[in-house]
Amino acid sequence: MSATVLRGVRPYGEDPVDIVIADGVIVDLVAPGSGDGEVIDADGLIALPGFVDVHTHLREPGREDAETVRTGSQAAALGGFTCVHAMANTSPVADTAGVVEQVWRLGQEAGLVDVRPVGAVTVGLEGQRMAELGAMAESAARVRMFSDDGKCVHDAVLMRRALEYVKAFDGVVAQHAQEPRLTENAQMNEGELSGRLGLAGWPAVAEEAIIARDVLLAQHVGSRLHVCHVSTAGSVEVVRWAKSKGINVTAEVTPHHLLLTEELVATYDPIYKVNPPLRRAEDVEALRAALADGTIDAIATDHAPHPREDKDCEWAAAAMGMLGLETAFSIALDTMVRPGLLSWRELAQRMSAAPARIGRVATQGHDLVVGAVANIAVVDPSASRVVSGADLASKSSNTPYAGMELPGRVVHTLFAGTPTVRDGALA
Amino acid sequence: MKHLLSAADLSRDEAVLILDTAAELAAVTDRSVKKLPTLRGLTVVNLFFEDSTRTRISFEVAAKRLSADVINFAAKGSSVSKGESLKDTALTLEAMGADAVVIRHQASGAPHRLATSGWIGGSVVNAGDGTHEHPTQALLDAFTLRRHLRDGAGDLAGLRVAIVGDILHSRVARSNVLLLQTLGADVTLIAPPTLMPFGVESWPCRFSYDIDAVLPDVDAVMMLRVQAERMQAAYFPSSLEYSRMYGLDSRRMAMLPEHAIVMHPGPMNRGMEISADVADSPRAVMVEQVTNGVNVRMAVLYLLLGGRQEETR
Ligand SMILES: [Zn+2]
Repeated sequence: MSATVLRGVRPYGEDPVDIVIADGVIVDLVAPGSGDGEVIDADGLIALPGFVDVHTHLREPGREDAETVRTGSQAAALGGFTCVHAMANTSPVADTAGVVEQVWRLGQEAGLVDVRPVGAVTVGLEGQRMAELGAMAESAARVRMFSDDGKCVHDAVLMRRALEYVKAFDGVVAQHAQEPRLTENAQMNEGELSGRLGLAGWPAVAEEAIIARDVLLAQHVGSRLHVCHVSTAGSVEVVRWAKSKGINVTAEVTPHHLLLTEELVATYDPIYKVNPPLRRAEDVEALRAALADGTIDAIATDHAPHPREDKDCEWAAAAMGMLGLETAFSIALDTMVRPGLLSWRELAQRMSAAPARIGRVATQGHDLVVGAVANIAVVDPSASRVVSGADLASKSSNTPYAGMELPGRVVHTLFAGTPTVRDGALA
Repeated sequence: MKHLLSAADLSRDEAVLILDTAAELAAVTDRSVKKLPTLRGLTVVNLFFEDSTRTRISFEVAAKRLSADVINFAAKGSSVSKGESLKDTALTLEAMGADAVVIRHQASGAPHRLATSGWIGGSVVNAGDGTHEHPTQALLDAFTLRRHLRDGAGDLAGLRVAIVGDILHSRVARSNVLLLQTLGADVTLIAPPTLMPFGVESWPCRFSYDIDAVLPDVDAVMMLRVQAERMQAAYFPSSLEYSRMYGLDSRRMAMLPEHAIVMHPGPMNRGMEISADVADSPRAVMVEQVTNGVNVRMAVLYLLLGGRQEETR
């Protein structure tokens, strides 16, 4: 098989090289201009390991009007991703081997990224009975991450059992931490602003109390816990404490929680409605610091496509969630790399190696070294663009960044050695 | 001023202008002339997604006295109840040529959405949105306060007003805090801590959990409706305990200064937040509040649409 050469690219922003790829694997790193094969010009651009998202809503099966595995895969590839974890809150819910295999197969057919289905923890996300986690783990989809995302596994006994049960196949429970009674009908972060806007509050304690309970449960039963979309300074403190005690917990933060604050809700424009809600500037600062010091392990998009009509309405009637795949790198660049909070190597950790490890995806998150699977994102940090929902590959357009100028651009994406994106367009 | 969405939209001078205009319109309509030609040829739509006969009628009378054409578009018996969206309803009203839309909606922020989404070109008047605001109620309360306690002129500088009840869920309280503060009044909110909004410490007013400590030092007390169902959500243990601790009965009314008035936006829950003898006492001005509501709403429609009619001519 003929070789592909990423010419003149700078791995992690370091000295330029030619990355030579054959049979889906990096076979050589040589002086720029000296690699042999089909050349992809990447002169001066930065190469990073392909991004891995542990939190993506692909909406298929059931809501193909919002997104499909194919359109979501396209959005992912354009965002520099080579692997996404498809959340289980589809219709039907991904709570059986049959559904997770269906999603996995659709991912294979699209062929643009590894689509790793996430299995539901409980049947129908109802929080009543444990789903067949073992069957999903043994299925062709090889599920390792389980989550009722969108809903919290709030029953303490069920959560404990799930944490214990998945140990048999090195799985992880990814908790959407939201105490349900404290957040009934919640519309936005609870604080001075929610009181003023007359919108029912989603208090930080509703997230923090569940995380505190769950890290203690994980400690008690010696299990692995992952915390979805950490959004408050208090949650950061709890996770930091848990890690200091040696508890096996990982955590993710979304791009929007790294950038946007609750003040945007004062517009009553539901494009800013998301769960967990946008928080205060102090929370954003704490989340950035936690991602920088490793308390938070990964950036995860919580890419949540919704059709126009679900946002073209009054706040209370609108759906929660925003797109994230095609803007995640830009937000990470803007909030973390440019201010000097993360080096390129550290960013690669947070967007590739750590999430691959959390999801137990052996073929992802490799360093850019000889022998590694050639999952590569090639980015141009000096570029910029004005975001427009219509320009996105996602089937939906609910981006909160529309009209904003964001730095950086994903130029090429290679998935197991094959270009899925070239010059910013699907290959 | 294009829209009236929040009491916070009004400067002191704008608020005083509305009150002065309401007083002038009241004087004119008191004298046999029941109808002014001011808004002839303009269409005002009352778009009510939530039942409120009193507010709807108040706006309807106000618009008709200014000779506007009035369309009542209620959620019940219209396409809204069949699930038509706010957007589609708005587009329909726009096609009908609505010059102003008076909207009542159970969702906080729905009037903002209507005004800023580009769905309609006319003026939007917030007639109560969720637990957010009800600015014309605050204006009529300010008008009532001014008439009784400030000789019907100027602002409310130095006036001491207590607002008692379910502040957390009250759009009337929110709008009153903003407007009365703008007009120079000194507002104290009184409620059990469970019915106080989160972050009330940073509101431009005082707050207290002790009604008896506040009443001797106010010029007016505004009682808010408290729904007995709130006790199911553990906001307070029982109706009895609520009315004992926060209700206005004749014993408490006697604590008020001689000149102080008792207000209520209605509908009242007699025996809950207010006892029957207080509600029927001469210090209670509820009936007058209703009359003032029409005058204030006339003033708002006149100031929002008066210029538009000049263009039409
Ligand atoms: Zn979630």
